[in-house]
This record gives sequence, C-alpha cells and structure tokens, in this order.
Amino acid sequence: MAQDKKGFSHDLIERNTLLLIVLVLITVSIGGLVQIVPLFTIESTIEKVEGVRPYSPLELAGQNIYFREGCYNCHSQQIRPFRDEVERYGHYSLAAESMYDHPFQWGSKRTGPDLARVGGKYSNDWQVAHLVNPRAVVPESIMPNYGWMKDRPLNYGDIADHLKTLKVVGVPYTDEQIANAKADLEAQKNPDADTAGLMKRYPKAVVANFTGNKTVTEMDALVAYLQVLGTMVDFTKYQSKQLQQ
Amino acid sequence: MTSATLTSGATLGSQRVSEDVRYNEDAIRLFVIAAVFWGVVGFLAGTFIALQLAFPALNLGLEWTSFGRLRPVHTSAVIFAFGGNVLLATSLYSVQRTCRQHLFGGEGLAKFIFWNYNIFIVLAALSYVLGFTQGKEYAEPEWILDLYLTVVWVLYAVQFIGTVMTRRESHIYVANWFFMAFILTVAILHIGNNVNVPVSLFGMKSYTYVSGVQSAMVQWWYGHNAVGFFLTAGFLGIMYYFVPKRAERPVYSYRLSIVHFWTLIFLYIWAGPHHLHYTSLPDWAQTLGMTFSVMLWMPSWGGMINGIMTLSGAWDKLRTDPVLRFLVTSVAFYGMSTFEGPLMSVKPVNALSHYTDWTVGHVHSGALGWVAFISFGAIYYLVPVLWKRSQLYSLRLVSYHFWTATIGIVLYITAMWVSGIMQGLMWRAYDNLGFLQYSFVETVAAMHPFYVIRAMGGVLFVTGALIMVYNLWRTAKGDVRIEKPYVTTPHKATVGAA
Repeated sequence: MAQDKKGFSHDLIERNTLLLIVLVLITVSIGGLVQIVPLFTIESTIEKVEGVRPYSPLELAGQNIYFREGCYNCHSQQIRPFRDEVERYGHYSLAAESMYDHPFQWGSKRTGPDLARVGGKYSNDWQVAHLVNPRAVVPESIMPNYGWMKDRPLNYGDIADHLKTLKVVGVPYTDEQIANAKADLEAQKNPDADTAGLMKRYPKAVVANFTGNKTVTEMDALVAYLQVLGTMVDFTKYQSKQLQQ
Repeated sequence: MTSATLTSGATLGSQRVSEDVRYNEDAIRLFVIAAVFWGVVGFLAGTFIALQLAFPALNLGLEWTSFGRLRPVHTSAVIFAFGGNVLLATSLYSVQRTCRQHLFGGEGLAKFIFWNYNIFIVLAALSYVLGFTQGKEYAEPEWILDLYLTVVWVLYAVQFIGTVMTRRESHIYVANWFFMAFILTVAILHIGNNVNVPVSLFGMKSYTYVSGVQSAMVQWWYGHNAVGFFLTAGFLGIMYYFVPKRAERPVYSYRLSIVHFWTLIFLYIWAGPHHLHYTSLPDWAQTLGMTFSVMLWMPSWGGMINGIMTLSGAWDKLRTDPVLRFLVTSVAFYGMSTFEGPLMSVKPVNALSHYTDWTVGHVHSGALGWVAFISFGAIYYLVPVLWKRSQLYSLRLVSYHFWTATIGIVLYITAMWVSGIMQGLMWRAYDNLGFLQYSFVETVAAMHPFYVIRAMGGVLFVTGALIMVYNLWRTAKGDVRIEKPYVTTPHKATVGAA
C-alpha cells in the first residue's frame, strides 16, 4: 500500500479482524439506537387518552388464539390517517390503543380488512358464523374456516400466570385482577353470572355466551377479543389537537 | 496490496494452496444438500399457500393447514432453511479459500452446527403448524427455540471468525467483510428482537418484553435488517466470491467495494420504520426511515455495479455459461428491487403500496430474483467442486432451469404489481356521490385472477428447482449428459464471420 503511507488506510482494517469486528458493531448499532431508545424516553410517543385498559382474561386468551392462528398475516390492526381508511374503518389508530399488546399486532398486509376497530361492528352471532365458515356470510371471502375452534374447550387453567407474566413486562394488572382472573374469564362467557366485578375491573368488556356452548371454547375467547378491539377510547371526548404525539 | 488481494482472493482457490491446507468439505456438502432440500420444500409451501389465496378450500378446514399457520412455514423455509443453509455452505466454503486455512474448529464443529441448525428449523416449522408462535413476522419461533438458535449462531460465529483470525492471507477478503457483518448483525437483531418473558419454564408461551409502538419499531428494526443483513449482506458475500470466481475476473473496483460495504451496513439499519409509515409510530421516526431508505439506493446500486461490471472483458461467457447467467441475473434483480424498495419507502408511494400485494411482489423480486438466483448460481458452482466432478451433468438443464424460473418470476411480480396497485386504488376510490366506491370484499374478489397467475409463477419456479435437483443428483453421481455443448466462439471469429 505504498500510496497510503500517509494517514489512514483501509488496509489496516483488512489486516485486523478485531478492528473490523469492532467497527462493524459500531456502524450497525447507531441507527437502531437513535430510532429505538427515544421511543422509551419521549413522553409524547404514546398519547394520553382515557379508556385503554389491559385485556380481560377472556380477551387475552382470545388474543393468544389470534397470535396462534397467525391472523396478523392477513389482517392489520392499524388505521392510517387517510380519508378512505377513516371512513372505512373508523378513527385512525393511536399508539395508546396497542400499548398493552405484547407484541403489537399492527400487521403488514391486508389480505382481509383491518381489524383495529372491528369491535361492535358485527354481532356476536355474525362473528361466530363468519369464523365457522366465512363464505356462508361473505361469499367472496378467501379466509380459512375455523369451525374446529367453535367447540374446542379453551385451556385456561393457567390464565392467572399469563396476567402475572404480563405484569412483569409492564401491563398494570392489579393483584385483584390476577386473583380473579379465572373467575372473570368464566363470568365474561356467562350472561347469567354476576358480572359487576368483571365490569368494574374491565369496563366495556362484552359479556355473552358467544358460541352457545356450556364450556368456554376457543372461539368464545377469540370473539370476546375481536369485540373489544378499538372500542376502549371514546373519541367524542377528544379534539384532534389533543391526540397529537 | 488492495486490488492484488481482491484479485488473488478471487482467483486463488485450490491451485496455489492445496499442498499445505486440507479444506473441510464434508459439512459443506451437507449444507448444500440441505439447502437444495429446503429450497424445494420452501418453494412448494409458497406455491401451496399462494393457491390457498386463490382457492380457499385448500385450507382444508384443519387447524394445521390454514394459511395463517403455513405462511410462517413458507417464510422460514425459504429464508432461514434455504437461505440459511446456502449462506452457511458458501461462507464456510469461501472463507477457507480466501483465508487459505481450514475451518476453525474443524469438520466436527461444522457438522455440529449443521445438525443443530437444521434440527432448529424442523422444530420451528413443527411448532408453527402446532400453533406455537410469538406472533411476529419472520420471528415466529418461541423463546426456547430462540435460545437454541442463539447457541447455534454463536458457534457459527466462532467458526467463521476463528477461521478469519487464523488465516494465512495477510488481508481479509471483501466477501468475508460482508459475511462477518451478516453474522454479527443477525446475532444482534435476533437477540434484540426476542427479549421475551416465558409464562412458565416448561411451556412454550411467552410475551415480548416491549409492547405496542416500541414493539413495532423493534420488530421492523429486526425485520428490515433480516432483509438487509441475512438476505443482502450475506448474499453479497456470495456475490463477491462466486461472481469473480465463475467469471474468472477480478472484482471490478476495490474502492467501490469499501464504499459499498460501509455505507450499506451503516444505512440499512435505519430503514426499518418505512414499514410503519402513517402508523402510530411518531413522525420523526418515519421520516428518518424514509430518508435513509432513499439514501440506501446508492450503496445498493454501487454494489450492483461492482458485481455486474466484474464481468468486464468476460461478457461473452453469459452466452455459454448459464451458471454465470444465474449469478449475473441475480445481481440485476438486486438492482431492480433495491430501486423499487427506496421508491416504496417514500411516504406518498407507500400510502398506496402498503398493506397491498405490491409489497409481496417487491419482496419476491428480491427473494426469487436476487437471493434464490445467486444461490442457484453458487450451488451449481459448488456441487461439481465438492463432489469432485469435472463438470455439471448438464449445462443445458441449467439453462432450462434459468428460463423456467425467470418466466415464473416475471409472472409472479407482474401479477403482484397489477393486483397491488389495483387494490390500493380501489380502497381509496370514491364514487360521484362522495362515498367509498368499493366494499373491501369487492377488492378481494378482484384479486382472484392475479392470485391464480401468481400461483402459476410459483409452479414454474418449483419446476425449475426440480430440474436443478435432477441435474445436481446426476452430477453427484458422476454422470455427464450427452448434449450439444455451448460453444465458446472467440469474439474475433464472430466478427469475422459477420
């Protein structure tokens, strides 16, 4: 490297493995640090809105089925602030609305429609019929049938452990919520139960025997989850200025 | 040194070396076999789920065969199983030649990595089918499998970097810079994106440590750089070794490779937020993601120029060597999709393209055109060398594979361009009275013909891969097909004849 005798030469890096490794590690770290760290420190990252609460035990079990079936492969939960999306799906999504999703389910593809505000758009019966056979209610649909889920008992013996784990990662479940997890799960599926405690702990939870089964089934949980999506924040209470990040 | 090293790195190979170094090749052969096997599995899985979108009855009404569970099987099979085994094979093959050194840790460590990496893949695929997932694209394996992969990956890093550190060449060849950046960064990404808390020590289920907007940013920092480092930097390492070797020309520009390397790895990391345009991610992060994505166009094309111009003085080989044609076409596809990527990262374009099939088409022009084609080229190069055969069974069959696969890709991408842009426009269309013109499901119905065309493209791509399997099988057996050879006509003679 005769011509490079003066000053720095890339030759040095090419001869020194450790130097190359260190420089690579520094080079690839900068972008990630700049983009990720401030999201934890800048307070305006998540809007201050009322109403967003941790999922009820039944909704949480439903979200876990949503993960398990890979629903995020075809459905987004993220409404962009465009006229057509707001008219089609509802108010654009806020960061606050997914703050208890571990992980986020914003998705990247809309093979099916966005689900960020699907809660309350359709009846429980429609949701069940649609999951069992989507083409029975939407003939052009290309969604898989989930009929096998309708009568399969939900495995929820460890539901309190799920709440505890989520508390570890920052979801503000109270001791009371954890203690009542199993009872709350069963109560949300039973319209005849005393749901005062459930509704106090999880306002706006949809209580119903979704599938009509005696036992709590996986589809009960999934529909309970779908029915709460996007319903927690009351947007009539906010001006658009207040929702800016 | 510099250009001397690059040239020697590209041309040294066995002739200068073999008297004092015995290269480890047993494990490399295993990696090549696994790569070919997983390639076919992954392409078949992709074609099957493409058909499911056209004909939903193919979901079969069973939990294990629904699109939602099989799509991760497809993505993992092609990225981590096919791509991963290709990267392991090529990196561990070329690092020995460019360092004039056998593998650090020897054949034993390489085989250990082989078996454990592939067992990881089988377990991951099984776990998706059975419904265990973290719920994050391209990072589906649950916490226990993540830990397993971490161990395997660290061993791979030790073997590769150890070989580089014990090299007998004074300089580290450019392909190894890229392989090292790939190995190190993938380790960081994998660990950074998989910080999870398990519900119980004996169960698969876990929850990610971060949530919501932060989890979105971390996921796409990971997801985009899985593209940037696994599918780009790693495969650029392949380009920098196998294109010069096959063309028997030195790398076009030493300076360009330095600029290419550092700018590429610096800029790529910033591009993640372009997957989150107009979402609840704060605007400043989106703007950074867009800006760096547009800048990324430059190093990408610098690298493409460096790869393609390596053929300077050897362009005629494209006529007679279909293996080189795979390698060079892959770099051309790399150029195309790294132009399309920055374009789609511009927010107003992204407003149309995001959530549509355009993204899927973009990914596949990169995945099929760039990643798979350069892999095919490298595999066709490697099999005769590793099985000690003088030549491939048939170059004509390589050419048939090339054209079948190319037509498949063209069908695939054009179908996705049309359906993606069409669906994006239908979503935002208004009628005369100011109402949304189409219901969502009308846009789904409009996709159908394009989903059929896309699946046909997939069938062609699989067919090409099966032609390759046959060709490689016969090559390994030592057969040579009786066929019309590709004649190397000297350039002057052609001119004279004309």
